[in-house]
Amino acid sequence: MNSAKGFRWLAVYAVAYMIFLYAPVVLLPLFAFNDATIIAFPLKGFTSNWFTVLWETEALHGAVENSLFVGISTAVLSTILGACAARAIARYRFPAKQSLVGFIMLPLVLPEIIVAVALLVMLMQLGLPLSLWTVIGGHVLICVPFSVAILNSAFQGLDQSLEEASFDLGETRWGTFRRVIFPLVLPGVISSLLITFTISLDEFIIAFFLTGTDVTLPVYIWSQLRFPAKLPSIMALGTLLLALSVTLLVVAEWFRRRQAKRQGIDPGSTPQGYI
Amino acid sequence: MSDKPIIDLRAVTKKFGSVEALRSIDATIREGEFFSLLGPSGCGKTTLLRMIAGFDSPTTGTIAIDGEPMAGVPANLRPTNMVFQSYAIFPHLSVADNVGYGLKRKKLTKAEIAAEVEKALAMVDLVGYGNRAAHELSGGQRQRVALARALVMRPKVILLDEPLSALDKKLREQMQVELRQLQKQIGITFILVTHDQEEALIMSDRIAVMFEGQIAQIDSPEGLYRRPASKRVASFIGVMNFLTASARPSEGGLLVKIPALGQIKLDRSAMPKGFDASDVKTVGVRPEMLTILFERTDTAEQEVKGKVLDTSYYGDMTYYTVELPGPDEPVTISMRNTAGRSVLPAGSEVRVGWGSDSLVVFE
Repeated sequence: MNSAKGFRWLAVYAVAYMIFLYAPVVLLPLFAFNDATIIAFPLKGFTSNWFTVLWETEALHGAVENSLFVGISTAVLSTILGACAARAIARYRFPAKQSLVGFIMLPLVLPEIIVAVALLVMLMQLGLPLSLWTVIGGHVLICVPFSVAILNSAFQGLDQSLEEASFDLGETRWGTFRRVIFPLVLPGVISSLLITFTISLDEFIIAFFLTGTDVTLPVYIWSQLRFPAKLPSIMALGTLLLALSVTLLVVAEWFRRRQAKRQGIDPGSTPQGYI
Repeated sequence: MSDKPIIDLRAVTKKFGSVEALRSIDATIREGEFFSLLGPSGCGKTTLLRMIAGFDSPTTGTIAIDGEPMAGVPANLRPTNMVFQSYAIFPHLSVADNVGYGLKRKKLTKAEIAAEVEKALAMVDLVGYGNRAAHELSGGQRQRVALARALVMRPKVILLDEPLSALDKKLREQMQVELRQLQKQIGITFILVTHDQEEALIMSDRIAVMFEGQIAQIDSPEGLYRRPASKRVASFIGVMNFLTASARPSEGGLLVKIPALGQIKLDRSAMPKGFDASDVKTVGVRPEMLTILFERTDTAEQEVKGKVLDTSYYGDMTYYTVELPGPDEPVTISMRNTAGRSVLPAGSEVRVGWGSDSLVVFE
């Protein structure tokens, strides 16, 4: 009886917790479809007008293009770097390995504003002009730890004797990579690409500090918040971004689970090691 | 099996840093032979196998396969294929693709590859399993796929790294027999690494017993069991009772005095080469080479009185721990349980029979 009562309280707590987490997120689509310029209850009526406004805003299109460029570049670069690091962590022993890994993972816990300011000061000192490439550099810095964590579990799960077996059966090093290693870590690579892309797409502080005249989507949204009339269309934009992020994360998780299943690991477990 | 050497190991050593994993290994493995490397873990047997495969290279010494020195030849160009302890089945490929993996490098048409794969699957009794995914297989089936994947390459030598250690006892015993039959049928040289002495005895034509990076003895299973070269080999292969002894030369042989058993004259041939009568300090006797003389009428070449201290009943056999005269530990005697004979209780006084054939002399 006691445990049944305990379970009920636990359920109430869980529901309250979910409301606390997601209620603000639900407001976004709610006002995006609300037929009023002022963001306040009660709701006035349904409209998809704000999405049409978005479609017609030229500056927004530029911001989307910039964000896609930054996001894709960041995803590719940090996944390549992450793959190299994960492979080294899984396969080799070298001096100061633990501390090196620690330094690679450190940006996970560093406040982004500190990273952003430090990078800005450094770029100024070096005399490099701010551009989308400096944003990409900053994003790669914060995305590599995620990529390493995801790919580390992919490479750890890779039995070394598989490579030896391939080599033993007459295959070359490159052929072994192409026919055994790559197919086995591919789900992890895709998962890493999607997650780092999503992080870069949503990131604001670094993009705000390090960009030149070209703005990314979050920076554009920030600039538009000064105009109350634009608020509902920003809500609409936020709704689209939210849907995109959730979709990408779900797809990424699906790939990660498929990877785990292929390697015979319990797919319910979180990536091993660093998360 | 021919007398043609297929693998020649000459003064092979391997150092990992300052640790000597292998010390001066010399061995010749013949074509078509089932050869085992037997030893406790850490004796260097797997290191030696990996050097033959080409995953490691010797620090000094030479390895030749079919007359060709293998120095500098990488694993993918050697005429050897390995069955890994973990089987190393490619998890993303079907059974047929696993087996045909190595054939893709050779210039064969798709139909030829499919035919070869079918043949190899038939050899390991897996006809119709080609389309299965790797994770749908049982341990025994994975083992067969790993074997088929090596067989299909038609190598000169197949290397097996503890291939049966992951299987349960029943399946392991079945696979031991099957593997041996298959090897005899196709005639490819097999080199097996194992720490299981029973497995090595059952499967091999010849066995190299290794301790601490050195080969202690190479012989047939029977030779190893009946004529172990050292006390260490004797106690690693089966059970051996050791008794203190001394010997002096006598016409045509030597006279051995064993406080526990008595005195016996042995032929000179019973002694290892380069052995003097004064070197004899111990004799070894297998549990089944001693007999308990149950009936008054039972006789043996020699006999001695003893006392049963303990018994272990195994169903078909009973192991008696028997105290003999002299300073030695009690000996173990195994007796087959026959109809109408019950196990003797502890404390029984018995007559123990033995003979000149029972003994092996050691330092």
